[in-house]
Amino acid sequence: MSQIKTVLTEPLFSKNPIAVQILGICSALAVTTSLQVTLVMCLALTSVTALSNTGIALIRNHIPNNIRIIVQMTIIASLVIVVDQVLKAFAYEISKQLSVFVGLIITNCIVMGRAEAFAMKNGPVLSFFDGIGNGLGYSVVLITVAVIRELFGAGKLLGFEILPLVTDGGWYQSNGLLLLPPSAFFIIGGFIWVLRTWKKDQIEESEFKILPNTEHSGGH
Amino acid sequence: MSANNDSIQKTLIVAVLLCLVCAIIVAGAAVSLKPLQVANKVEDKKKNVLAAAGMLQPGVSVEEQFKKITTRIVNLEEGRFATEAELAEIKAAGLDPQKYDQRKASKTPELSKPLSGDEDPASIKRMEKYAEIYMIENNGEIEKIILPIHGYGLWSTLYGFIALKGDMDTIVGLGFYSHAETPGLGGEVDNPSWKAIWEGKEVYDDSGDVAIKVVKGPAEPGNPYQVDGLSGATLTSRGVSSLVRFWVSDRAFGSLLTKLKEQGA
Repeated sequence: MSQIKTVLTEPLFSKNPIAVQILGICSALAVTTSLQVTLVMCLALTSVTALSNTGIALIRNHIPNNIRIIVQMTIIASLVIVVDQVLKAFAYEISKQLSVFVGLIITNCIVMGRAEAFAMKNGPVLSFFDGIGNGLGYSVVLITVAVIRELFGAGKLLGFEILPLVTDGGWYQSNGLLLLPPSAFFIIGGFIWVLRTWKKDQIEESEFKILPNTEHSGGH
Repeated sequence: MSANNDSIQKTLIVAVLLCLVCAIIVAGAAVSLKPLQVANKVEDKKKNVLAAAGMLQPGVSVEEQFKKITTRIVNLEEGRFATEAELAEIKAAGLDPQKYDQRKASKTPELSKPLSGDEDPASIKRMEKYAEIYMIENNGEIEKIILPIHGYGLWSTLYGFIALKGDMDTIVGLGFYSHAETPGLGGEVDNPSWKAIWEGKEVYDDSGDVAIKVVKGPAEPGNPYQVDGLSGATLTSRGVSSLVRFWVSDRAFGSLLTKLKEQGA
């Protein structure tokens, strides 16, 4: 039981897949301009990670080592297609906005990473919760980014007006940069900074030190 | 992980079984969700018709709003509404005239003809014989007419609608519901403020020739036939320009529009 709790809560902050392992950045940039789309993307990714982890853990003792990556990919890809079909049937508008990014969950490093690093070595129940936990860890970052981007970029949250825009007769001058992909980089960077200030053990040692200038440097 | 997992036999068995199971899951999901997806697409199309005509009200069911609209099948070659015999021809080719799928029709040999180079400025390759159009009538007069249009942009075929006023000349609205142009550049064809430029523009000049055009850069102020180009998307703008010009020309809806203008519905 405590193990389940650990695999569920650890990926939220201590071992966050985006902030600590720097996985799955691409979709974090692309789908975070509106909170609603982000929530659906998080839901899709969490369910794919959880179910693929479960599936892979179930057959982990039978997967031949030399085709294990392609086996994992097959399972993940099938689940992603199912999720895509479900979205097209029940959330058509959002699936249109997510367009290729649902399909790209297949190549999302978090899903593959958890399959290879966790589900291949652990039982299905624990793997399922590990998938949920990592999905939630991904969601925490994406939702934070999306809230900032939608609120300050478009003055709205979930499509409801929070800050009335100047263009609609309000007072808030929207920040267009926040709706462009680079802004997500800054926000994720900020998120990592805050996280590492809070949890000091995440600070990585520098790989090399820049030597101070020697006395004669610069002389020609 | 036992060693015999890596035998050729086991590898093959695992691979085949896995593919089988995955195929069943994927196929099962695709088949069982198909009806819902089709219904979504149909509703989306209706929504786009309403949006092009500037009549889409949020909060009211699309089905309800669509009741005001009359759907007719048009014979594009002759520029008139399709006769019963022609509707039967559509049915014979395997399409339902009630739920006419124009995209499928353009790929059906009996219902379309190939276009050669200079006949085909919109790069649509095959032209369907029949098109489905939408009208809003008021006391026997056409208030608005909504025409399906499509053509090639930079990366993809853009599918959309153009809505004209009863004078068959003034544009009410334009919108694309399906395309894969570059987001942020060509994808700006979806930008509401760009679409708003089209409103009030005129398709034909005084002599009845197609005059509407998307120009490179900003349009001349006050020119009713010019629409601003999308910056950074010259090819998409050009594509939109030629597809709109193609569909309102006499090769497509032009002759129908002339007839409707003279005779009314």
